[in-house]
Amino acid sequence: MNTLILRTVAPPITALMLVFSVFVLLRGHNEPGGGFIGGLIAASALAIYGIAYGVSAVRRAIRFHPMSIAGFGLLLSTLSGFVSLFAGVPFMTGLWIYPSFFGVEVPLATVISFDIGVYFVVVGSIASIALALEERETD
Amino acid sequence: MAAPTTAPIDLSAAMVTAPTALADWLVIAPMGLMIALGAALMMVRHKLWLHGWIAIPGLVALVLLDALLLYRVAVHGPFTMTAGRWLPPFGISFTADLLGALLAFASGLVALAAGIYGLRDINDTGRRYGFYPFLLLMMAGVTGAFLTGDIFNLYVWFEVLLISSFGLLILGSEREQIDGALKYAVLNLLGTTLFLIAVGYLYAIFGTLNMAQVASLAGEQREGAPLITLSALFILAFAMKAAAFPVNFWLPASYHTPRIVVAALFGGLLTKVGVYALMRVMVMLFPLEREELSLVLAVIAALTMLLGALGALAQSDLRRMAGFAVIAGIGNVIAGVAIGGATGVGGAILYAMHSIVVMTALYLLIGEAARIGGSWSLQTLGGLYREAPWIAAGAFVIFFATAGLPPFSGLWPKIMLLKAALDVGAWWLSAALLVSALILTLALGRVFLLAFWRPQLAGAAVGAPIAPNSWQRSTPIAGLVAVIVVFGLFPDAPVRLAQAAASSLADPAAYIQSVFPAGGAE
Amino acid sequence: MEALFSILIGVFFASAVYLMLSKYSVRILLGIAVLGNAVNLLLFTAGRLTREVPPIIPVGVDVLPDTTANPLPQALILTAIVISFSFFAFLLVLTYRGYQELGTDNTDEMRLAEPKDEPLPPLGY
Repeated sequence: MNTLILRTVAPPITALMLVFSVFVLLRGHNEPGGGFIGGLIAASALAIYGIAYGVSAVRRAIRFHPMSIAGFGLLLSTLSGFVSLFAGVPFMTGLWIYPSFFGVEVPLATVISFDIGVYFVVVGSIASIALALEERETD
Repeated sequence: MAAPTTAPIDLSAAMVTAPTALADWLVIAPMGLMIALGAALMMVRHKLWLHGWIAIPGLVALVLLDALLLYRVAVHGPFTMTAGRWLPPFGISFTADLLGALLAFASGLVALAAGIYGLRDINDTGRRYGFYPFLLLMMAGVTGAFLTGDIFNLYVWFEVLLISSFGLLILGSEREQIDGALKYAVLNLLGTTLFLIAVGYLYAIFGTLNMAQVASLAGEQREGAPLITLSALFILAFAMKAAAFPVNFWLPASYHTPRIVVAALFGGLLTKVGVYALMRVMVMLFPLEREELSLVLAVIAALTMLLGALGALAQSDLRRMAGFAVIAGIGNVIAGVAIGGATGVGGAILYAMHSIVVMTALYLLIGEAARIGGSWSLQTLGGLYREAPWIAAGAFVIFFATAGLPPFSGLWPKIMLLKAALDVGAWWLSAALLVSALILTLALGRVFLLAFWRPQLAGAAVGAPIAPNSWQRSTPIAGLVAVIVVFGLFPDAPVRLAQAAASSLADPAAYIQSVFPAGGAE
Repeated sequence: MEALFSILIGVFFASAVYLMLSKYSVRILLGIAVLGNAVNLLLFTAGRLTREVPPIIPVGVDVLPDTTANPLPQALILTAIVISFSFFAFLLVLTYRGYQELGTDNTDEMRLAEPKDEPLPPLGY
């Protein structure tokens, strides 16, 4: 799959898909979307990049090992569930804060950090499987 | 978005309004701890020296949490935490009762033993493949399955432990392991899919997945609902997970391929989760259907234990022999479920606990035997008694316990099962229990005779490099043997707890009360 | 409508079982994929088929209107899809590795873990 067309198009497509995945992740807060589907989009972006430039280029580009990314996500999600320990409410209860940034009120919640964790878990695990499959194809 | 306005609706109709007691977190904490530490280990996967320092204290903490949980449940009865502050059945409930707490404690113990053994047994490659993260995540799955109060959540925990067990099984990616893992993966996936189908039907009939609510609704819904079919489907699914007779073939095909410490964990824990689920669903949720199907269960149990014992007799590879010993143990537990009653189910629970400890010890021990003897095969092993008298002493205890001979832990559950079987007049089931124990004694006695007692063979691999002994290898085995001996000599407390667990399973009023405190399980 | 879905689910199950009975690991894998979809459809039908609005709370209201569909089966299916998807991905890698390492996708020839001519244990010494 080493064509000129793909190699030219792959970087912008990858970038676009990564941005879109973050959009879908954040949109999932009130509308359809969310961490899982966002993570899938991001993982497919990495897979496309891998098809065009090879697996080692992807590994260099994401800097961390995919499984480490998945581990980070899992940790973040679990800890989000345990925040409610300090509020005296049961496990995984959504807790909200409403800080203001530059005069704009931004509602933040443990629900969001949980979803971001899911996003990383999906990116990490699916990317590692996709990269493993692509790696086999070349050798 | 505007700040939240005061809601005009009554929150107490949908949410828990009373503040949560800190002690209630005990039912979540084991899983939370394991997942968090497993995730942290995944992040630092390449700093190999850190693995042991994170995993072993984590497993010690798991054992302590499980012990606290068991204490609280034994003293104060079952308790529940429902995630997300929603009232059950809208939120997912985690309910610890005596059965779940007992098995969680036993599995925590063997996980710690395996974790310590793995410090030496798992080399750098194995660690890089992620032995410790997978071990912790698998413990999260096992403990979660024991402590959840929601049947779909049980399915999710099954999958958690299944996917981590895949990772453990192919640690090192040898050809044999891939062969075994393919069969293991496909057949176990099929088993959990059957479970999911059964959950779908359960939801279609009851409209709820909360086990306490299903238990209280089962009486009313019995008219006109195909509960026997549903129970049969559950039995098939859990029998597949537990490696009961007609659907057991994945176990001997795969359990001898991974590293011995992984096999020890699998033999101790995975099949027990299957029989736990069988007990939970058939004894607590569908007691009348269990009575209807008790003959089927009894036949499955008898065939499973006979097949396991005969299979053990036919193997010359020690690991495969241990795999069949696991199957024979599963037959005993299912026999208890088939008989029912406080003695029968109590015997099954006690046997499951005993089996968790003994099977792990058995696998670790044959790992030691093979390390010293340089082979897995009964054809070439020999002279281990002279080489390693302490290992031989451990083997003596563990083999006696596995076969159910006095004075070790295998005796008491076996006596309970026998008594229960004779009480209900199932003479053939008690005959099967005794015959399988006899055959298992023969198989294990032969192992002792050939591998330990027989003088070293002349042509055997003398002088093959033996990995040095170390406390990481010997303490876990010594610890498990100590548990087996103490359990065998002072059986009062475990027997009492197991019987209490069985009676609270048969009459889940306290369980339901803990999920629906107002009694309003509508 | 439920009857139609039941037939469809039956067809799914039948083809899944047929594929899984094959001795080639790739077909078994396809059978598992079809089986997963059959189960999802089953869960969906078990939650009752209704022609009602999706269970999303409209703006300005605090609770769901009465005529919405049951969200629980959908949540179950979503979970089941996620799980079966990841399992399928894992199995895909595993069968591919199996094909590479074992040199065959015929399960009859995968006898590495359980060799055919394993000797019986010695009868004495």
